[in-house]
Amino acid sequence: MSQTYCLKTPLTTEALAPLKVGDKVLISGVIYTARDAAHKRLVELVKAGQDLPFDIRGAVIYYVGPSPARPGKPIGSAGPTTSYRMDKYSPILLDAGLKGMIGKGERSQAVIDAMVRNKAVYFASVGGTAVVSAQAVKASRLVAYEDLGAEAIMELTVENFPCFVANDIYGNDIYQIGVSQFRRE
Amino acid sequence: MKVVDVSRVIPVVKKLCIDANYYVAKDVLAKVKEFREKEESPTGREIFDLMLENYELAAREQMPLCQDTGVAIVFVELGQDVHLVGGDFYEAINEGVRQGYKEGYLRKSMVTDPVVERKNTKDNTPALIYTDIVPGEEIKITVAPKGGGAENMSEVKMMSAADGIEGVKDFVVDRIRRSGGNPCPPVVVGVGIGGSFEQCALLAKKALLRPLTEKNPEPFWAAVEDELLERINRLGIGPQGLGGTTTALAVSILYKPCHIASMPVAVNVNCHAHRHETAIIA
Repeated sequence: MSQTYCLKTPLTTEALAPLKVGDKVLISGVIYTARDAAHKRLVELVKAGQDLPFDIRGAVIYYVGPSPARPGKPIGSAGPTTSYRMDKYSPILLDAGLKGMIGKGERSQAVIDAMVRNKAVYFASVGGTAVVSAQAVKASRLVAYEDLGAEAIMELTVENFPCFVANDIYGNDIYQIGVSQFRRE
Repeated sequence: MKVVDVSRVIPVVKKLCIDANYYVAKDVLAKVKEFREKEESPTGREIFDLMLENYELAAREQMPLCQDTGVAIVFVELGQDVHLVGGDFYEAINEGVRQGYKEGYLRKSMVTDPVVERKNTKDNTPALIYTDIVPGEEIKITVAPKGGGAENMSEVKMMSAADGIEGVKDFVVDRIRRSGGNPCPPVVVGVGIGGSFEQCALLAKKALLRPLTEKNPEPFWAAVEDELLERINRLGIGPQGLGGTTTALAVSILYKPCHIASMPVAVNVNCHAHRHETAIIA
């Protein structure tokens, strides 16, 4: 039976240990936005041994390129983008200390292996319900790469940001398990 | 003959871009509610409920349903008795897109070149415009904003006549199987068959314009669509790929004559938002 957990960032192995695929999670604290272009730059910095624009240890990255905020609002619509495009970069960031990723769609075996190796979790949030997602964002601040526009890295302060555990620290995968429960071919 | 100044197109396209992104279309809402009742997965039903909540919030907050407000795909049916004056018709469409994406707080997602610099054009132009010349003196414009996640799961396959209808069905089902949760299921599946390499792809996209509540007018193809929808919904992918009995809301097929050696087939996948808005300039 799936459970609901409340998580505070930065994440720790102890906090992630009880989570199993299918569990619902409400994340509060600070998370960082990054998509394809920002990932490319972050990985270049890691490879060059340079500091990242934010502390990646225990951090959560949200794969999102929000729509522009209306005046007075912290963010526009802010649902997840498809995660597989980050698969090439994620193992390097996980090995650098990244503990959580939020996106949609399945991950490669290399990313799943890196999650197990580093005791990290991949959370699925619901794509296309982006105004609901934005309700959980209370504040935002530009951190780096303003030139990337919607792809810039932002720090989001979130309260009870809703998502599901898609890959737990034990190597389980909701995209295999969930689908096999309902496959009738 | 009817004379139309192209400047009339600008506010029409602007409004279509905003409305398509803010408001769920009636046919989509009807299908989503229908499948919500049939969905067997509790998580799947929860996702359906979030979709329904999102429609209300987006309209109330005047925000786009999805942050990926897409490439502006514009279908034009231009009456042959219309005489366009006052400037460049396609530039007027692009100006409408530019204004709609700016004033509607929609995301700008177009890059100048696909490989090297990938620099954002900052106003979501250029729009992708497809024009058909039709009888009459009206201009019908449909804006169908298309997100990257679903478009990326689309495919063209140059099949052989020997593959037959079973080959076509297997290709469509397999394309959706391989897409998993990536295109934001429950999806709408557009299928184009025949024509040529490029025409079948456009047919697949145009197939997505048929209202979801309408059946294919040809009984043979209506039956193929029903069978494909059932097979796709037996894949188990479910809402967002987390498992469930609703992977697609509808399948829509268009076909055209083709060469004796060919049987091109295209699958164009649309996310559950399935955005489209139409206006007529008469």
